[in-house]
Amino acid sequence: MVLVFVETENGKVRKAALEAVYYGYLTAQKLGTSCQALLLGNAEDATSLGLYGATFVHQSDSISFNFFDNQVYSAAIAQAAKKLEASVVILSHSSNGKSLIGNIAYLLDAGSVSAAIDIPETDKGFSVRKGVYSSKALVNIELNTPVKVISVLGNSLQISVVGSNAEVQPIALDVLQPGIKVLSVDKLQSNVTPLPEAERVVSGGRGLKGPENWGIVEELADVLHATTACSRPVSDADWRPHHEHVGQTGIAIRPNLYIAIGISGAIQHLAGVNNSKTIVVINKDPEAPFFKSANYGVVGDLFDVVPKLTAAIKNLNA
Amino acid sequence: MKLLVCISKTPDTTAKIAFNGDNTKLETAGITFIMNPYDEWYALVKAIEIQEKWGGSVSVLHVGPSENDSIIRKALAIGATDAYRIDTEAVSADQVAFQMASFIQHHAFDIIFTGKETIDYNGAEVGGRMAAQLNLPFISFASHLDIVAENEAIVKRDMEGGTETIQVNTPFVISAAKGMAEQRIPNMKGIMTAKSKPLNVVTPQEYSPKISIVSHELPPAKKAVQYIDPENIAELARLLREEAKVI
Repeated sequence: MVLVFVETENGKVRKAALEAVYYGYLTAQKLGTSCQALLLGNAEDATSLGLYGATFVHQSDSISFNFFDNQVYSAAIAQAAKKLEASVVILSHSSNGKSLIGNIAYLLDAGSVSAAIDIPETDKGFSVRKGVYSSKALVNIELNTPVKVISVLGNSLQISVVGSNAEVQPIALDVLQPGIKVLSVDKLQSNVTPLPEAERVVSGGRGLKGPENWGIVEELADVLHATTACSRPVSDADWRPHHEHVGQTGIAIRPNLYIAIGISGAIQHLAGVNNSKTIVVINKDPEAPFFKSANYGVVGDLFDVVPKLTAAIKNLNA
Repeated sequence: MKLLVCISKTPDTTAKIAFNGDNTKLETAGITFIMNPYDEWYALVKAIEIQEKWGGSVSVLHVGPSENDSIIRKALAIGATDAYRIDTEAVSADQVAFQMASFIQHHAFDIIFTGKETIDYNGAEVGGRMAAQLNLPFISFASHLDIVAENEAIVKRDMEGGTETIQVNTPFVISAAKGMAEQRIPNMKGIMTAKSKPLNVVTPQEYSPKISIVSHELPPAKKAVQYIDPENIAELARLLREEAKVI
């Protein structure tokens, strides 16, 4: 059985969790087994996990799940995996999923691969593909253990409906007391798709000249229903919040569309974005290295080009 | 406080990546190896800052052969007190975490630091695996760490779209992200004293790794960029919809 840990936010299943369930479904199909989901806490739309391939949703609730404590969550997930005799455990490669994978894998005596980009190859053995060397290469990793743990990189596969609503049933778990105390959670703009899950990202660099000029980036993001991001110098200068920083030291993303505005494309920046499916680069410097990684390039003044692009997309949508 | 920083060796960020004949190993010729930047810039420097304020010691721990000693000496030059090298090739996250945690079990460290991930395999698994083996709290992607009492810390952790503020008592495992500290360049005095600081060699435990590398490959070559006239931006919008099908 393939067990998928489902992350929630504000009482709803996260988009990344739907992808993880669908990944689990495709993996289960290959292995000739079922895909089931594990929910810790509550989600009003939990039955919808069935649409993406979960045959059951196992749910455990406890006040210990109100905040994220790695030890509490990993112990509960490992315990559920043992109880349900899961041979594969799937997580989202989110900030919580990344924290959990090592811990869960140790508890299950399992081999693990984080940030998988394809469903496992099971024709001979069980191998999983992921990006390495900051996406300069790919690797196929063989898992040598009876139980396997995989985290799935966001936007790695296009989900589709393969089933109907699933039954939610309680699972009894011995839940640990938290060993840490979460004092506060500070999130901005909770209505915006978080960067790792965003299908479209509009990102600004030093070429914008200052935080007061971000309006044109936001307007373009608005018409595209995109999430905004920035380069390292921009977050270092506090023009934009730190959590918007994409690149090697920030976060790595894989949207369908990445529009880079006034970003030269240093290798450290590319490391976080060059897995994007379509890259548009807008820069006045024709020598900007980013053009080499772009699908579409515009050599021009961003203060002229970006509003024109916003208007052109509005026209297209009209 | 007794602090431990786990350090890893990685190819330099700008290294050209190629693989050997059967694509199982990195072609190391011409590659400069460095201390993993998250381990060095954030984890190690933060541990040194804490030691400067609260006293105690900063040990560094590395899994690798003696040819990696130059990376360990650099950590000592930046300001670590002493070092331990577990004398075996690092082959996988599970193996490295097992070797490190097995060593840590015999030493009472207050805080165990790693970088948030290595820049080669980008796995972010070692910290969690060690925390599980040691049965300790694990706080990942920490961008701030303040020691507020001998056994208590306040940590800020990065997450999608924001941060969490967490209170935790020692001992714990923490993975360091950007923001935790500022890079320090070793000075001449540091480099000289590093030579005489203890670098202890530890015998590895028996262990069989839980994964193996089947093959590496380079990503498919990207098509040449298609330039769009800045006077005809409507064309870009059209291409994004009709050709790339992303809007």
